[in-house]
Amino acid sequence: MSEYQNIFTRVQIRGPLHAGPPVTGSIFQREGKPFYSYLMGIIGNAQVGPLYLGSLGVASLISGFIAIEIIGLNMWASVGWNPILFIRDLPWLALEPPAPAYGLRIPPLNQGGWWLMAGFFLTAAMVLWFFRMYRRARQLGLGTHMAWAWGAAIWLYFVLGFLRPLLMGSWGEAPPFGIFPHLDWTVSFSLRYGNLYYDPFHMLSIVFLYGSVLLFAMHAATILAVSRFGGEKEVEQSVDRGTASERAALFWRWTMGFNATMESIHRWAWWFAVLTPLTGGIGILLTGTVTDNWFLWAVKHGVAPHYAPIFSHAVDPATLQGGKP
Amino acid sequence: MRTALSGVALLGAFAISLVAVLTFTRPPINIVATGNPGTGMQLNYVPKQVAAALAINHAPAALPPIDAGPPASTVYKNVQVLGNVSSGAFTRLMVSMTNWVAPQQGCNYCHVAGNFASDSKYTKVIARRMLQMTIAVNTKYTNHVGNVGVTCYTCHRGAPLPSQVWFTGITPGSGAGLLETNMGKNLPALAINNSSLPSDPFTPFLLNHEKIRDQGTTALPSGNTQSIKQTDWTYALMMHYSQALGVNCAFCHNSQAFSDWSESTPQRLTAFYAEAMLRDLNANYMVPLTSIFPANQRGPTGDVAKINCATCHQGVYKPLFGAAMAAQFPPLLGVGATATAAATPMVMPSTMPMSSSSTTDGAKP
Repeated sequence: MSEYQNIFTRVQIRGPLHAGPPVTGSIFQREGKPFYSYLMGIIGNAQVGPLYLGSLGVASLISGFIAIEIIGLNMWASVGWNPILFIRDLPWLALEPPAPAYGLRIPPLNQGGWWLMAGFFLTAAMVLWFFRMYRRARQLGLGTHMAWAWGAAIWLYFVLGFLRPLLMGSWGEAPPFGIFPHLDWTVSFSLRYGNLYYDPFHMLSIVFLYGSVLLFAMHAATILAVSRFGGEKEVEQSVDRGTASERAALFWRWTMGFNATMESIHRWAWWFAVLTPLTGGIGILLTGTVTDNWFLWAVKHGVAPHYAPIFSHAVDPATLQGGKP
Repeated sequence: MRTALSGVALLGAFAISLVAVLTFTRPPINIVATGNPGTGMQLNYVPKQVAAALAINHAPAALPPIDAGPPASTVYKNVQVLGNVSSGAFTRLMVSMTNWVAPQQGCNYCHVAGNFASDSKYTKVIARRMLQMTIAVNTKYTNHVGNVGVTCYTCHRGAPLPSQVWFTGITPGSGAGLLETNMGKNLPALAINNSSLPSDPFTPFLLNHEKIRDQGTTALPSGNTQSIKQTDWTYALMMHYSQALGVNCAFCHNSQAFSDWSESTPQRLTAFYAEAMLRDLNANYMVPLTSIFPANQRGPTGDVAKINCATCHQGVYKPLFGAAMAAQFPPLLGVGATATAAATPMVMPSTMPMSSSSTTDGAKP
């Protein structure tokens, strides 16, 4: 019984290290001499390496490195190049987008110009990584689902940092690059536009996010539960009778009357994951461009209640005679 | 390799637990629900913190009341503000002021020994203006201070310089180098509860009159051009309110709709009136005193110490937990003050030239 009750992967397959078939038609080769790692083996495959970067991978890493350098050096400059303060205050530091007064113009470097440049290189790094994933999948004869899932994440980033600022006519609408500052930005965004929780696409995004978590837990638990029958490695049995796969299916059928299949559960998971940033991005894109106060929008459309005042006479004092705002 | 990684993981876990144990608020937390049921509007009280606040925020014993004798101006020379106060009440207030502001230094902190009428000490010039300010707060701003009022002790707490004051910070975006520096935010800001929000929301809102309201007032866009960056500044100001009063957002707001007055508590109204009051006090009482303060009592940019919520409140929702101290000192409520004293702008001695203090420093980007 306890045989199957483990936190980590129990089976570590070790044989001759496998470098893969030779790469043809590329000036790049797979990098690094493969080796076995016990620690890697308890959370995944024990063989580490080799790694194929290729032209897209190298270009993506260079772009990403430039972006991180721009962000990091500006952060460091903001504490007067003090290395101790840089470490201590790192969560507070940020590279700030241009002031709203600059609109969509290109500001001086120290007034947000660096922010624009960092954003360009970070976007380039992510888009190059998308094409790399696409090409790696094609080279192995796979579908391109992973690239498109990554593309969904890029969409949300792109909306936040580029598309929405473009529609609003101000780079200053975009989030800063920084740990606490981008969280503060999120709150300010919600405060400015009347509570993002009433944005229906934000609601959808939350549904898909939490739904993804739930599906992930259900699927992982199901497969671990049938691993005693080899359920985690029996793809060929997924349509056979009496297999671990069928037991997994029957568990859910007899628990809730409906079950996904070995194929459909992964479609569920993929769509839930992908729809999280897709709907989230739509919600962000609509904010400020077509709505100005999501709470009032929700009240107007009967989504949220406007509670009756229970405190005496709470009216805006600025509207009263002699009120001083 | 294996042992090293386990060691790092163990150390990390230990460090995280240490931070959690040392910095997190431990139960019990007493919760008082306000607002409509289900809105989650609640005030949180940690008994230990409440006890600590109670221990340091209490009014000192007042001297026995005296109201006898001829008007102070007929007994003493150079009494400009409290001329019609009886000399008994006047002396009682002077002694009380010494106890509140300069208990160690005594009368001579402001007065020249042997010639109390002299204005040659800068502290006396400031004290007179502060007296006018106190009367102004207690008479013009009852919509904020109510029946509690303020005395010198509300801010000074037995020290010549109040501990909770603010100075104008650096101008956002004033960095001259190639890299982005001096943004006025993105560093731990003490007055803003150690957040990375703008560290000086006081200059734009409590000295100048920048727009505090950011939130849209209509479902669809109708001309509100307030930006997210501007909202950062209001957010910072609100974090100061929260920290200065030791309360959370729900003390004034239903977080469902922060800007909505119909779902806000009466406390929000009280806070609203403080904004106009603080602008008045800072611009008309503190800033004109800039050149009178010695340089070492001014801020990094040479500006005068100014007032925000924390100056009086000091972490408590009502200063000194609402002790009605001012009522025990009728002159501070304007009783016996010469008619125009509170309203008259200060007359500067000719030997003290006014510095041209910039009030636009730190304007919002």
